[in-house]
Amino acid sequence: MDEGEDSDAVRLEDLPLKYRFLIGAYRWRRVSPTPCAVPQRPLAEARVGLVTTAGLVPPGAEPFDLDARGGDPSFRVIPAGTSPHALAVHHRSDAFDRAGMATDINVVFPLAALERLAREGRIGTVAPRHLSFMGSITAPGRLVRDHAPRAAGVFVEDQVDVALLVPV
Amino acid sequence: MSLVAAALESRGVATVTLSSLPEVSARVQAPRTLVVPFGLGTPVGPPLEADTQLRVVGSALELAYEIGVPLVRTWSP
Repeated sequence: MDEGEDSDAVRLEDLPLKYRFLIGAYRWRRVSPTPCAVPQRPLAEARVGLVTTAGLVPPGAEPFDLDARGGDPSFRVIPAGTSPHALAVHHRSDAFDRAGMATDINVVFPLAALERLAREGRIGTVAPRHLSFMGSITAPGRLVRDHAPRAAGVFVEDQVDVALLVPV
Repeated sequence: MSLVAAALESRGVATVTLSSLPEVSARVQAPRTLVVPFGLGTPVGPPLEADTQLRVVGSALELAYEIGVPLVRTWSP
């Protein structure tokens, strides 16, 4: 890993004009000062959970509202035992390539990697519940006030030490 | 995503966020960011490349123990 930001990652200028404009004009919010939690257990003992914004929905859960004004800020809980093949995708953005996740859901929800790290003793345990948002939330007020704190409560209840956030 | 990260950190859960768009990461300043060289839609790595995905996830989780936030690192194969 290197310090800094130069890499083969996507540059705004590489995106279609529509998304360059949207991303450039969007009023990105940040929390200042940046909060910082210190894990209480070493990584080899830590419980790790996933948070994806791929709009994944487990069987029986309500789909995300693709037409919600300002975006759907709610989240879905994905139990650890859910088959990856059973996850549906409900996402309103067409800014990202969906072919990868259609082939291998681990590109946005790397549960297989987490389970392997746990088997190899590099992490302690995989969280019993993971979290899924849809992203593309242009009016994040309800996310900040309600849904994000409730989502955090799920991980606190499950004694998760580290969360890996995977935006698409 | 950084707003969710902030909610988690404020409750004691350390976070690491993958990013395919470092220009956006620079604006939102999530606590810990790992910039990855993959396109939008495949932040953990190419499909069916389990070893690459494992290395990305492993590298990301090691960042969770860094306390000098906001922090941005770049993953390289």
